[in-house]
Amino acid sequence: MFEMIESVFNWIQSQYLIWTVLKIVVIVLPLITAVAFYTYFERKVIGSMQIRVGPNRVGPLGLIQPFADVFKLLLKEIVLPTNANRFLFVTAPVIALAPAFAAWAVVPFNDFLVLADVDAGLLYVLALTSLGVYGIIIAGWASNSKYAFLGAMRAAAQAVSYEIAMGFALVGVLILAGSMNLREIVLAQQGGIFDWYWLPLFPLFVIYMISGLAETNRAPFDMAEGESEIVAGFHVEYSGAAFAVFFLAEYANMILISGLTAIMFAGGWLSPFEGWPVIGDTFLGQGSIIWFLAKTVIFMFMFLWYRATWPRYRYDQIMRLGWKVLIPITLVWVMLSALMTVLGIVVKGS
Amino acid sequence: MMKRVIEYLRSLLLLELLAGMGLTMRHFFRPRITINYPEEKTPKSPRFRGLHALRRYPNGEERCIACKLCEAVCPALAITIDSTENDDGSRRTTAYEIDLFKCIYCGLCEESCPVDSIVLTGVLEYHMESREEGILTKDKLLAIGDRYESEIAENRNKDAAYR
Repeated sequence: MFEMIESVFNWIQSQYLIWTVLKIVVIVLPLITAVAFYTYFERKVIGSMQIRVGPNRVGPLGLIQPFADVFKLLLKEIVLPTNANRFLFVTAPVIALAPAFAAWAVVPFNDFLVLADVDAGLLYVLALTSLGVYGIIIAGWASNSKYAFLGAMRAAAQAVSYEIAMGFALVGVLILAGSMNLREIVLAQQGGIFDWYWLPLFPLFVIYMISGLAETNRAPFDMAEGESEIVAGFHVEYSGAAFAVFFLAEYANMILISGLTAIMFAGGWLSPFEGWPVIGDTFLGQGSIIWFLAKTVIFMFMFLWYRATWPRYRYDQIMRLGWKVLIPITLVWVMLSALMTVLGIVVKGS
Repeated sequence: MMKRVIEYLRSLLLLELLAGMGLTMRHFFRPRITINYPEEKTPKSPRFRGLHALRRYPNGEERCIACKLCEAVCPALAITIDSTENDDGSRRTTAYEIDLFKCIYCGLCEESCPVDSIVLTGVLEYHMESREEGILTKDKLLAIGDRYESEIAENRNKDAAYR
């Protein structure tokens, strides 16, 4: 019996395609579940910050609420606006969602758990995170509605501005780590919490989080949605399952950005107690997937915290912040990080 | 000039934004003020003006003497009364209807009533499934009064000192 299972297992492993698809499923299924519960988590956290209780009716503690929401959305009618471009209208949500999932291909969960250990992982991630905005632009254009179009224009302008700041923030990481491979970037940060890049690259760390907010169209940068100004922005015309996909994309993107922040600036799967006396010798001092997930959850929580705290930026303020504040600071700090490497202040993998 | 530079550098520290985050974090740990409505309820005043009722005397006789003061005082013209004279010479209503869609729950009918017959109960959880149900007939009003008599009497006792 055991041998049979083992032989089947070996056969599956020898079939590259099946094995890869299996790995993808193993990554994507928990991700979708995480997205579902992230919406629940958001409502609970923001509820708490407003001294409310949040959803607590469906299931114990309201835990079934995300599924109730999904079923409601799936059962609703998908309304196609007249004169909308049918093909683009339907493909737009998929274009928004696909990059958010595809980017996980290069994310290292720990030293060996990574779907594709690509050397240009950082470039791949940058390319895919910026691709997500196409879904929004296409949705706004295909809807043939002025609010949707305004939302799409805002999203496009915002993405273009913050892409640069985000890219430069990652250039700092790139200079210090000397590699584009995400696994090697994490390994270059070895040595406990004060060796992670958030410390030498603190301004870039903050700017990366700010641009991450802008990239995912979250409050206070939810201009593309701007429900108090342009109804719901790019997805006014979407309903039912198509809307659910946009929803999924937004939250998947937030989880992705949180995971990437953990990898670039907070040492990925590495333990913060590495090399500490006493606690460093226990399992807490070992790097593991648990640390990666814990850091991701912390950054995910930050997203909700921001939303509960800050009001939306005005359109011109967003542009000014992006071009006149964030980009100059990143430029300066990229040079400083180069100096840090040359002078040996930050040593790789110390 | 120097002042502006300092102001700029200060703005980079995001102090105001962090103060805001501190505020939300403090709230995060405060006890919730939510009341889970069907399970928990807020306290209700004995003067609460909810659904109407017609009361009876303890011997079962209707209190209403068809004086029509409530009908006259009702600012929304929600009350309609028809009456006859009984064999013993007392006046009694044949019809007493309140249109709940017209009623503004001001409580003037209750205040005008010389015999404490028409009252507003504390009942606030009721609904109608058709427009006809919005009109409370005499039978319905008496039934409501019978059902909630103990509650009505208790609320009136509590409030008696202030009348």
